[in-house]
Amino acid sequence: MNITRRQMLILLPAAAVAWDHILAGTPEASPNYNMTDHWWGMLIDITKCIGCGSCVRGCQLENQVPDGYFRTWVERYHVADWELEYPKVDSPDGGKGGFPIAKEEGGKNFFVPKLCNHCADSPCTQVCPVGATFVSPDGVVLVDQKYCLGCRYCVQACPYGCRFINPKTETANKCTLCYHRITKGLTTACCEVCPTGTRQLADLKNPKDPIHEFLRTHSVQVLKPHLATRAKVFYYGLDGSVR
Amino acid sequence: MQIPVEGFMYPNEVELQWSVLIVLYPFLTGLVAGAFILASLERVFQVEAVKPTYRLALLTALAFLMVAPLPLQLHLGHPERSFEMYLTPHGSSAMAMFGFVYLWYLLGVLVLEIWLDYRRDIVAMSQSTTGWKRLLYRTLTLGSTNISERSLHIDERVGWLITVIGIPSAFLLHGYVGFIFGSVKANPWWSSPLMPVVFIFSAMVSGIAIVMLLYMLMCWIRREAIDMRCADTVAKYLFYTFIIDFSLEMLDLIHRIYEADESFRSLDFMVHTRLFLSQVVIQILVGTVAPIGLLALTQVLKLADMQRKRIYGVAGCLTLVGIFAMRWNVVIGGQLFSKSFLGYTTYKMGFVAREGLLTAIVLTVLPFVILWVLLKLLPPWPEKHPSTTSAAASAD
Repeated sequence: MNITRRQMLILLPAAAVAWDHILAGTPEASPNYNMTDHWWGMLIDITKCIGCGSCVRGCQLENQVPDGYFRTWVERYHVADWELEYPKVDSPDGGKGGFPIAKEEGGKNFFVPKLCNHCADSPCTQVCPVGATFVSPDGVVLVDQKYCLGCRYCVQACPYGCRFINPKTETANKCTLCYHRITKGLTTACCEVCPTGTRQLADLKNPKDPIHEFLRTHSVQVLKPHLATRAKVFYYGLDGSVR
Repeated sequence: MQIPVEGFMYPNEVELQWSVLIVLYPFLTGLVAGAFILASLERVFQVEAVKPTYRLALLTALAFLMVAPLPLQLHLGHPERSFEMYLTPHGSSAMAMFGFVYLWYLLGVLVLEIWLDYRRDIVAMSQSTTGWKRLLYRTLTLGSTNISERSLHIDERVGWLITVIGIPSAFLLHGYVGFIFGSVKANPWWSSPLMPVVFIFSAMVSGIAIVMLLYMLMCWIRREAIDMRCADTVAKYLFYTFIIDFSLEMLDLIHRIYEADESFRSLDFMVHTRLFLSQVVIQILVGTVAPIGLLALTQVLKLADMQRKRIYGVAGCLTLVGIFAMRWNVVIGGQLFSKSFLGYTTYKMGFVAREGLLTAIVLTVLPFVILWVLLKLLPPWPEKHPSTTSAAASAD
């Protein structure tokens, strides 16, 4: 078969596109997962957190989070007495390697794991100029990495400091609630590795999920409730000093 | 590069997201909006005294508007995707509307008004010039070479209508920039309904100041006497607008101090430390109180022409410094403190970097280069070109 120069010029780009498609592979299917059957959130029991940093390490490994950036992190609070407005907080390297012994004596110390709150009325998705970040039908705030402009408006709009720009992709990055795992019936990496059961993935649409019993019988709180973001990460034992 | 942090920042907050280029963006659009509003004084409000600045103001607005999107484009992680803002804009995003507001203002208002105002000159120059210039001017006529009395009258009426539409458009252009910041509820330094209003008035202040300075500079370069009636009137408008702008900013400040909400301690500390030089010294004292004081002198004292010229020159320069500092304090200041209100970070500006100082300097100088070209192509002073005017007259 003879191929002319003109035919070659047409064929080569087409072959490149086809090869690119083959290399990309097919995404792993989740045939039994129906997005509209779920509404994801998380429960964090602060009284159980020991500040070991396993969740931060687990998240970094699972999601290839670059060093110095965090999809989840742990803060240590020290509140001396009644001055809730001025707690002392530290989070060395996001608490990834645990915490050094506290210097302050007296008062109370506790750990607060943080991650994206997957707000139902999320300020970050509101401001995205192209809709690259969105709330999925199952309640997870996600970013389309192939569509994000990298304008950083969402990073500014997140009241909880949960977003960052991935220096490798130059796009917005954040906790996906391990979407690739939860759609296959698994729990998130941070929940999986937590040795004390501080974090529990919760499906708010599933009537059999133990979260409902917990929410009915315990006092829980979300971060910065005055901002009315309808956050879906619920904290048990949250101190008034936590920001 | 280790970024110095004081107190506690959320770990992802340490690095600033919006750099000096984002400071430049509202500064440039402010100059555009302000220059256009000054131009509209003559066209719509019949302030004849400022007529010598009319065309200069329009060309200045165009030169700065052409550069305004560049800092944004350079700042994006994926500039090649920026066109998506036109194709699939997200309706709830303030930023998504930028492309449309910008295009509307550029093509629907500014270019159209300049073209209508210059059409007679362009036609005349397409006949009196030769070579590439002739080709250029012929292209610029867009095939519309009728410069009869009736045709020019229609130009005048349509131009007036565009200016009338252009005034709210100029407010929209810059008020909207203020809204981009003012609507971020996560950031108490930005979140304020006053932000768009403050941005509009500060835009008018900076736009009037730069046109006043450029007018005086042009007169000096062309060795022509400054029309003092014009300079006095422009300075008077600058003075009044500046007072409104300063009052609004002080209102915002007093409101924050009196209300003293959860963010106040953090913001107050920042103003007294990291922003003391840029806000208290440069923005308020040097860039606002000093020029207002100088301009007030010209209003209450009978000063000689030369003294007034010098005062206008100094006040104009200080005004631009002050407004740039204001943009800096909004954009950079709004990112120096933690949203936990428990700590502060530092802005490290590179020099030769994509978002560095050198890029910012180039983008600041570029509008002046464009303006120089525009002034050569479309001189705002037709009397200096006897061939042009005679050609225009013969075409009539």
